[in-house]
Amino acid sequence: MQQIMEAADALDVSHPQIYRDDSWRPLFAQLRAEHPVYYCPRSRSGPYWSITRFADIVRVDTDPLSFSSSYLHGGVTIEDRVAASFMQMDPPVHTEKRKNVTAVVAPRSLAQMESLIRERAGRVLDALPRNEEFDWVQRVSIELTSMMLATLFAYPVEQRHKLVHWSDVLTADLDDPESPVRTEAERQAGLQDFYMTMMELWQQRQKEEQSYDIISLLAHDEGVRSASFDEICALFGLFLVGGNDTTRNSMSGGAWGFSEFPDEWRKLKANPGLAGNAAAEIIRYQTPVIYQRRTATCDVELGDQTIAAGDKVVMWYISGNRDESVFKDADRLQIDRPNARQHTAFGMGPHRCLGARLAEMQLRILWEEALIRDLDIEILGPPTYAFSNLVRSPLSLRARIKD
Amino acid sequence: MQIIFRNAEAGERIVMASEGDTLMHVALANDIIGIPGDCGGQCACGTCHVYVDPAWVERVGRVEPGSTEETMIFGAPVDARPNSRLACQVNLIAIHDGLIVEIPEGQ
Repeated sequence: MQQIMEAADALDVSHPQIYRDDSWRPLFAQLRAEHPVYYCPRSRSGPYWSITRFADIVRVDTDPLSFSSSYLHGGVTIEDRVAASFMQMDPPVHTEKRKNVTAVVAPRSLAQMESLIRERAGRVLDALPRNEEFDWVQRVSIELTSMMLATLFAYPVEQRHKLVHWSDVLTADLDDPESPVRTEAERQAGLQDFYMTMMELWQQRQKEEQSYDIISLLAHDEGVRSASFDEICALFGLFLVGGNDTTRNSMSGGAWGFSEFPDEWRKLKANPGLAGNAAAEIIRYQTPVIYQRRTATCDVELGDQTIAAGDKVVMWYISGNRDESVFKDADRLQIDRPNARQHTAFGMGPHRCLGARLAEMQLRILWEEALIRDLDIEILGPPTYAFSNLVRSPLSLRARIKD
Repeated sequence: MQIIFRNAEAGERIVMASEGDTLMHVALANDIIGIPGDCGGQCACGTCHVYVDPAWVERVGRVEPGSTEETMIFGAPVDARPNSRLACQVNLIAIHDGLIVEIPEGQ
């Protein structure tokens, strides 16, 4: 009741509505300029610190001793969660467990995936209607990332929509009027099917020879085999979301970005060799994962503030990627941006996105294949965004391809 | 001073470097393929991973156990070896003239 009666904090950037409305830019600009290390006393998840400048985000992200990811402190989301994959652990345990699964995105695995990704991207683009409106999110972004996800899990590709649904349940904001689940209990109930399906696959793979899909790697790893049921489930969840939302949202964000800045599309057409840098720039521009949270383990001086032990500390990657002291004209998509690769969207430090190269490869190939086909893609309006402070997820993006 | 970068895919490159440079900056300045150095040299991304030629390991030094550098090397998708280093953490001095490093395949 207390919280309801008190006025909302004007600089509370944890409210999902500002991402739904796409109205977050001025708030973060103000935070970076006036309160780069800001204590937000009231939010729906309680008090927390906002870290909004690029350099401070790197400082926090690279210091796991002072800023813990541990599930014992509530993990990596503003709302405490108890999931316990290596993402919610600190070095050295984190490092050991993460090492066990790096093979799934090792260079040799990616090389094997490249031709498959290219063939699928081509097929999806060829199947799009011509001179007729369609939803880019459904027909391209979700289609391609869910096929990739099915491959990574060696899950039947014809049932890939289930993976998308489970991922949506996992990331849903419970206050979202359109959320598929209303309570944490409902979320867990909704995920039981996912965990059981994966556990079944896991047991099956244990009996087979090791291959390079995620479940098989986990099934043959001694450390994982002796882990608790909850930890294994949390790992499945981590790979599900990691492989799904981020790439999906960047595929949508790229289409919208090229529509907002058509010169950039012309630039890419004139010089297809820029596709790799364009992929990095699209990821910066979109920032599909909006933030990650840490918990201070000791009192830390940052800026001219003192963060107290036990405080929640939120690194707003979306703001680091708009920091004008690092990225000139940061609100612009600029595919030949010299330091595009330096973005914060993958995080910095020990928890940096494991699938970064795979994500970049998928994006690069999508746009390369669109170029090869010389597609004249027209975007018919801005995307609608999910009600979420965690994933910047376009829900629909109306498009048309002119013949 | 000279530094030699070996890359299974792109071949060998011999480039000039100065004392006080980091090995990563030398790679970036010379567009060495396979060293994107995404974080700009803050030991935060693990994308400047190199294998130091065995003959040079003593002069360059091994990665410090328990260090952030070690964490980043082990956490990256590229295979870690006993002679693995992050190029951004190698500060070049006179005795490194002629240093040979190999770039992990597919980095």
